[in-house]
Amino acid sequence: MTKPVLETSATDPDGMLASDGPDPKRHGDPVFRGFATGAGILILAILAAVAAFLLFQGAPALIADPATLTEQGYGPFWAWVLPFVFGTLWAAILALVIAVPIAIGIALFISHYAPRRLAQPLGYVIDLLAAVPSVVFGLWGGLALAPAVVPLYTWLNTNLGWIPLFSGAVSGTGRTILTAAIVLATMVLPIITSLCREVFLQAPRLHEEAALALGATRWEMIKLAVFPYARPGIIAAIMLGLGRALGETMAVSMVLSGSANITFQVLTSNNPNTIAAVIAQGFPEAFGLKTNELIAAGLVLFVITLAVNMVARWIVSRRAAYSGAN
Amino acid sequence: MTTLTESLNPGALTSGRLPRMAEPGILIGAAIAGLTIAALIANGNIALGVVLAYVIFLITIEIVARIVEGPRQAADRRARSLIVGAFVLALIPLGSVTYEVVKNGMARFDLNYFSMSMRNIVGEGGGAAHAITGTLWVTGIASLISVPIGLMTAIYLSEYGARSKLAQSITFFVDVMTGIPSIVAGLFAYSLMAMLFGPGTVSGFAGSIALSVLMIPVVVRSCEELLRLVPNELREASYALGVPTWLTIVKVVVPTAISGIVSGVILAVARVIGETAPLLIAAGFTASLNNNPFSGPMMTLPVFVYDSYAHPGIPPQAYLDRAWAGALTLIVIVMVLNLTGRLIARRFAPKTGR
Amino acid sequence: MKTKLITAVALVAASSLALAGCATNEGSTTGGGLSGTLTGKGASSQKAAQEKWVADFQTANTGVTVNYSPDGSGAGREAFTAGAAAFAGSDRALKTDEMGAGKFAGCAADSNALDLPVYVSPIAVIYNVEGVKDLTLSPQALAGIFAGTITKWNDPAITATNPDAKLPAAAINPVHRADDSGTTENFTDTMNVLAPSVWTWEADGLWPDGLKGEAATGTSGVVQAVTTGTNMIGYADASQAGELGMAKLLVNGTAQSPTAEAAAAIVDNSPLESGRDANDLAVALDRKAEGAYPAVLLSYAIVCQTYKDSATANLVKSYVGYMASAEGQAAAAEAAGSAPLSASMQAKVKAAIDSVK
Repeated sequence: MTKPVLETSATDPDGMLASDGPDPKRHGDPVFRGFATGAGILILAILAAVAAFLLFQGAPALIADPATLTEQGYGPFWAWVLPFVFGTLWAAILALVIAVPIAIGIALFISHYAPRRLAQPLGYVIDLLAAVPSVVFGLWGGLALAPAVVPLYTWLNTNLGWIPLFSGAVSGTGRTILTAAIVLATMVLPIITSLCREVFLQAPRLHEEAALALGATRWEMIKLAVFPYARPGIIAAIMLGLGRALGETMAVSMVLSGSANITFQVLTSNNPNTIAAVIAQGFPEAFGLKTNELIAAGLVLFVITLAVNMVARWIVSRRAAYSGAN
Repeated sequence: MTTLTESLNPGALTSGRLPRMAEPGILIGAAIAGLTIAALIANGNIALGVVLAYVIFLITIEIVARIVEGPRQAADRRARSLIVGAFVLALIPLGSVTYEVVKNGMARFDLNYFSMSMRNIVGEGGGAAHAITGTLWVTGIASLISVPIGLMTAIYLSEYGARSKLAQSITFFVDVMTGIPSIVAGLFAYSLMAMLFGPGTVSGFAGSIALSVLMIPVVVRSCEELLRLVPNELREASYALGVPTWLTIVKVVVPTAISGIVSGVILAVARVIGETAPLLIAAGFTASLNNNPFSGPMMTLPVFVYDSYAHPGIPPQAYLDRAWAGALTLIVIVMVLNLTGRLIARRFAPKTGR
Repeated sequence: MKTKLITAVALVAASSLALAGCATNEGSTTGGGLSGTLTGKGASSQKAAQEKWVADFQTANTGVTVNYSPDGSGAGREAFTAGAAAFAGSDRALKTDEMGAGKFAGCAADSNALDLPVYVSPIAVIYNVEGVKDLTLSPQALAGIFAGTITKWNDPAITATNPDAKLPAAAINPVHRADDSGTTENFTDTMNVLAPSVWTWEADGLWPDGLKGEAATGTSGVVQAVTTGTNMIGYADASQAGELGMAKLLVNGTAQSPTAEAAAAIVDNSPLESGRDANDLAVALDRKAEGAYPAVLLSYAIVCQTYKDSATANLVKSYVGYMASAEGQAAAAEAAGSAPLSASMQAKVKAAIDSVK
């Protein structure tokens, strides 16, 4: 998501070279350009196909009579899907609250603190984390993490139970939305880290050295020279991480004890489920209108990720205008 | 950079400095204090001890640095401690995942696991040869679809598109595409196949299509990023020699960025090779080896792992062992891919002197 | 340079496929009378049994490949109706309004579908309470626990049937399935039939909304949650309970354990559903039957009365025939912990399969 410093002044030199004499090799140009443009348009077509498919398959649930849906489906669509929309957003936000500070910390460590020799292997280690399959995170979260956090949750509940977040009857298995959020955070961490790292590394070296020359400490230099430059990139990275957290299916489904309720308590057994997990859990046994409702839920999730990305783009484009580096 | 920072460090000029050994000393002291307290109040709970030690260290260094060096240096030390702390914290899940997978996966990480399928196997024994083969087929075809489309789109965006409306909308929608939930991609591929070849058609190829939907945007993003990093001077030099645009791209721009492109593609493969939900729907399920990606269900490793975990027979432990071994195999495949990709990239990248 | 790179990548890909693309246990010899590929789809509850049946059947008929994908009963019924699967595994029989000649794409135009019971599995009430080895629950207590009206392990409703057990004063943590499943449908039906005043919800594959309790995905998820948590109770296929305690249920004054015999008894003692074709063996489970364990999952194989394709019909006849045979049922009992169908039920299923064309 990083916007490179490079200006694309020479990206379309066709005009410049148009006066050249006819050259057989130059016939390749329109063909190659056609292929490149075609590939781009194909991507738009694929996306449109995905959206059209969701709309087409989900439409029966959206237009059906609520009474019919109560009888043959999961109930009136919007009432049914609302808790899961909440759960999806809530789990993703919790995950980001955990992941973002840590990710920025790691990125800074790799880009500005670690010895140069160490930086590349460290980046590789973090990238490897991005490649661990979600099933493995699910297995790990359910079998290793959840039992391990139960004492912590019990402690939080007894000592900080007056905070609404930690109130309620603490779960006996640790399979709560907070655990799911920790698993999600682990999964989005490498995505946010690798993007932030790239942006931090691209911060103009001259600005950094100027800050240091003026007597800034390293932290002040980062605050003065790196963060202002990197802010759009950081926001973009967070939004990409959010997209991943919103759509994650298997890990959540294997870790979270979810049902259809809206609550902010993060330590109880009654957590709101997420849309992706609901689809995965319901789809095999669904038929008729239930299938339509599940696909319509997928459409809602799609629209949410679309909105998230639009907001991210908007922020980036607005911020980019202020960035001195562009 | 490091020498520059140290020689220009303003703290040395304007205020007192902590001696070099102060920070490690306080760290050791805090560690002893934290672990002792944990041993006294929580029966030697290591996790609690480490957390306590870290907090004690943060507070102590903050106070000491504030007194000796002033608030600005204290803030600098605090930031550094927090950043290093964040890094160590992130290593915990990685270490824990690796440990659990290796510990549980080794039980069945044997020759049979790689040479046998689950055909006619009940209970113990058997292996994942069919699933490994299926994963290679499905991911391989997905890469064959995604890499050309993704790379060409990236070329369009960085070399041709400039700031056109089309390029802007492609960039935007590629970002949107990175957010497509994997299960939605699976549903899409499944119903596409149902529309084209009749209901209930599952095949390795359908799985590849689902994975491509997820993989293309990742390829586009990383390739575009890397193509833009190719210095303009190289392009201009090529144009100055009368080389047409497309040859400049094929012979100059892409080879310059090839090492990054390869590692970007490998990362994209790594991202989708572990996808379960879409393959569960689109590629189907079988216990036998299937080497024809266009006909019949094809087993894949993530589905194998999920299924062994979710629907075990008797004895359940045999199924769980196979699931963990499958997870270990997936991670090893991704690691090997990563390393080969990086080696190939380094081997073929032109010397840029950078 | 680029071609070299592509060659290298292709070489790596090809050699890894060549290495992996074979399996030592998959011989190419053909034997047995049959050949072809049979596709079945449906209930994940049957998966372990199907695995065993497929293995035995393929060993006997080396020319045959049977693929049973445990995608779920709903998916199985849909695939069967659409003609994408030759038979479906389903945790419930097709409803009468889903039946009818001509509705099934894989069957002949005038053919109806048949529901054949092939798999019976007791659903155990599993618990994990320290120091409690034996637990007997009345239907009212069971329903109360899962409905959230009984919240402590030492509630009088539980201690009344367990005078000797050392039940703690701790809260009960009930676990239920998060996914839509036949196990939940049969378990909620059991509570609804035996304790209708406490469990007021109708049988449903999805757990009712708004009840307290932990949700877990799949049988393994429930077993895992009950095993790792404290003071837990849940329900799962008896074969997957492992080391966990299994509660006895009080029916007609007798404590019934989830044994194979007690589970098979309920199928024997229940009448067939009325208003169906002669060969359609949909069972109307009578959960109050004498001497039977009430919480039972009965799973069907759904086949065509007449197939469009006679080769498929032959494969289905001999494969489903094996499933319902005495050997098949014994094999499933060993591999999946299911309850073998009684001899009389086996005979009925055999007669129905013999009528398939």
